Amino acid sequence: MLKNITLGQYIPGKSILHRADPRTKMISTIIIMVLVFIANNAYSFAMLIALTAIALLIGEVPVKYTLRGLKPLLIILIITAAINIFTYSGQTVLWSAGAVKITLEGILQAVMIMIRLSIIVIMGSILTLTTTPIALTDGIESLLSPLKKIKVPVHEMAMMMSIALRFIPTLMEETDKIMKAQASRGADFDTGNILQKAKSFIPVLIPLFVSAFKRAEELATAMESRCYRGDVGRTRMKKLAYTAVDMYIGLFIVLFTAVFIVSAFVLI
Amino acid sequence: MEAIVVKDLKYEYYARGNMQPVIALDGISFTVGEGEFVAVVGKNGSGKSTLAKHLNGLLLPGGGSVCVFGRYTDAQELIWDIRRVLGMVFQNPDNQLVATTVEEDVAFGPENLGIEPDEIRNRVKESLKKVGMEGFDEYSPHMLSGGQKQRIAIAGVLAMHPKCIVLDEATSMLDPEGRKDVMSVLKKLNSEDNITIVLITHHMNEAAQADRIIVMDEGKAVLSGKPDEIFGEYELLRQIGLDIPQVSDLYVRMKDEGLIKNGRIPVLIDEAEQVFMNVLSGRKANAYSSAGPERKTGEKIIEIKNLSYTYMAGTPYERHALKDVSLTVYKGEKLGIIGHTGSGKSTLIQHLNGLLSPTAGTVEVSGIIPKGKSLKELRRKVGLIFQNPEDQLFEETVEKDIAFGLKKMGLSDSEMKRRIDEALLITGLPADILKKSPFELSGGQKRRVAIAGVIVMEPDILVLDEPTAGLDPQGSAGIYEFLSRLNESRNTTIIIVSHTMEDVARFCDRIAVMEEGRIVMVDETRSVFSNKEYLEEKSLDVPQITELFYRLSRKNRNIRKDILTVQEGLDEMKRIMGI
Repeated sequence: MLKNITLGQYIPGKSILHRADPRTKMISTIIIMVLVFIANNAYSFAMLIALTAIALLIGEVPVKYTLRGLKPLLIILIITAAINIFTYSGQTVLWSAGAVKITLEGILQAVMIMIRLSIIVIMGSILTLTTTPIALTDGIESLLSPLKKIKVPVHEMAMMMSIALRFIPTLMEETDKIMKAQASRGADFDTGNILQKAKSFIPVLIPLFVSAFKRAEELATAMESRCYRGDVGRTRMKKLAYTAVDMYIGLFIVLFTAVFIVSAFVLI
Repeated sequence: MEAIVVKDLKYEYYARGNMQPVIALDGISFTVGEGEFVAVVGKNGSGKSTLAKHLNGLLLPGGGSVCVFGRYTDAQELIWDIRRVLGMVFQNPDNQLVATTVEEDVAFGPENLGIEPDEIRNRVKESLKKVGMEGFDEYSPHMLSGGQKQRIAIAGVLAMHPKCIVLDEATSMLDPEGRKDVMSVLKKLNSEDNITIVLITHHMNEAAQADRIIVMDEGKAVLSGKPDEIFGEYELLRQIGLDIPQVSDLYVRMKDEGLIKNGRIPVLIDEAEQVFMNVLSGRKANAYSSAGPERKTGEKIIEIKNLSYTYMAGTPYERHALKDVSLTVYKGEKLGIIGHTGSGKSTLIQHLNGLLSPTAGTVEVSGIIPKGKSLKELRRKVGLIFQNPEDQLFEETVEKDIAFGLKKMGLSDSEMKRRIDEALLITGLPADILKKSPFELSGGQKRRVAIAGVIVMEPDILVLDEPTAGLDPQGSAGIYEFLSRLNESRNTTIIIVSHTMEDVARFCDRIAVMEEGRIVMVDETRSVFSNKEYLEEKSLDVPQITELFYRLSRKNRNIRKDILTVQEGLDEMKRIMGI
């Protein structure tokens, strides 16, 4: 199950998208997601699908791997599609049985929703596949930095995010170790009803929390020892900087948006 | 200028919950000169870590003062200056790396100091080079070994251009290879860059490499001097729960018996070789005729045949952890498994109670093949204790924790009580501990409680992964003592995985050597360790005393080279000297 989730994974590479500034990629992704919801006719959807294909291509991400990320979403896609087909009230009735009827508009609506969701997931995956978690955090910190003026602790939030990312693999390993150790002492995680199963995880969760708190305390001590005092007088080794690549991507997105709006609103 | 001046330092931890207030530092005074390499030793709970936290102002003196390169730590405005000049490396490598990549982590300190990006980049490069980790810039910390992580932590400190580095038990969670790498980095920094080093440790072999040793006990500095002066006070050291290196131990025992008259105590192996060569010069002993090793065979209890195991088979991350391993273990024996980190030791022992199932081959434990329903029965027969088992304690009281596995066995109350009492007796825990919370115990006690929780299930086989990791000499000796008791009284088969060759040599009947997923040698302990050339080829250590006699035997063919303990060494010395 977890193996199939491509959202949040990073694959190293040197493509245009890998080299682009995380802020450019994040803003572009947000713009595209807005466009996805504006899209309302065949032209605009065709453009978005084409854009997705281009992004997959220039991002040099493994296409099969990315599409596999849709698998866990399949059930959600099917359910939303089904709800739309049966509940959308359209004029062109194709089939009906009592109160239930299927209309052409309903089917179109379902298809549109499916395409929208798929594009959003794929675009999200492309963003994380081509951007390291640390670059994402830096990007978010930089984009949100105006909020510092109204005393939003942006730096602290970004620091917490990156520490969380740093400790995910460590805590996964630890969970595995504790589960094995408790199993060796006779713990049983697989049998019984849901309540019993939930209860059987107490011997795993308590040590895990105890250790997480210990880690937090030690990490704080280590950070203080290395002169960390929040944002005060702090510089960064890697400064985010826009380059030519970002300019091209930005121009492309602006042009794309213009053409898209024309096709969505003018060419009805 | 003096690097560190500590004067009459006192510190007390306030009472927390139902714990008593603890006096951690009781008027300790000492100085460390600039460019010195000082080791601070003491058993667990002697106040070493509390002292370390005072050196960079993480804790402020309850009495007395700490002065670092002319700056008093209780002056608030100087605190960041002090932390830049005096860097700290802590015990757990995982809990001090902040960033998701190596270069970002090394950059963390200079970033906090507000240094220009280009300069930070230079410092990161330079620091990684100094600790021998260049080329690892983009690695994520969880892909590194413990020793590598600790070297990154040192690089992170170096990037702040400190004058002094304090290491608080920084080597205690590392394997011998990692430990050696860290020690050689420290020695280089000390000699080439004149960085003052304060190494807090309870490994006497490490302390022996320092210029000076400060011995702590109950919050005081009880001794301070050159390593050979300190080791000369071995009686005092033993009283406060410390030991001395094996070669020094042999020397003082010979001196006690009048076999050596005067001279300096050797602290390192090279000196020792010289000293003992001189002692033996001119002696021509007869060759030693061994009676031939007594082979302990008997009932087979574990039979592993052609076992292979592959992690994440069929993915790009596929890794062959075990390759065609065959091993027989006999009832009641004490088997040691040695080998480098990643050689497959942990994977192998996890097959013994069915936590992992073979990719190929078979495992049979007292007639049971681990699979499905038989797993429950198997896990009662095989007690598996991982490294740092105290991390798995979770109940409100020690009693409940020890009984965790028992409760699932459907025993009567009286039988449960009998077993718990017996487990306490074997592990040497006091009976009044049962009502306490496991979280308020000392490290050594927690370890015993965790082991007791497995012993109550009365397993036929007990498997322990690094049972003494992180414990001081007294704590370690205690663990091996009760394991011997268990082996004798219940004829429990004991399998130990360890990097501490001295312990393995003293305790085990047989040794299996692992390398890259294979068992490359299984034999009597004496035969394995007398095969020093072979182990060296695999870059595995032998006990220091074995190394000494190996070296002596090369100069004099009649000297035995298969000495395993200091006592055996003493006997051999007497034999050669004709006493």
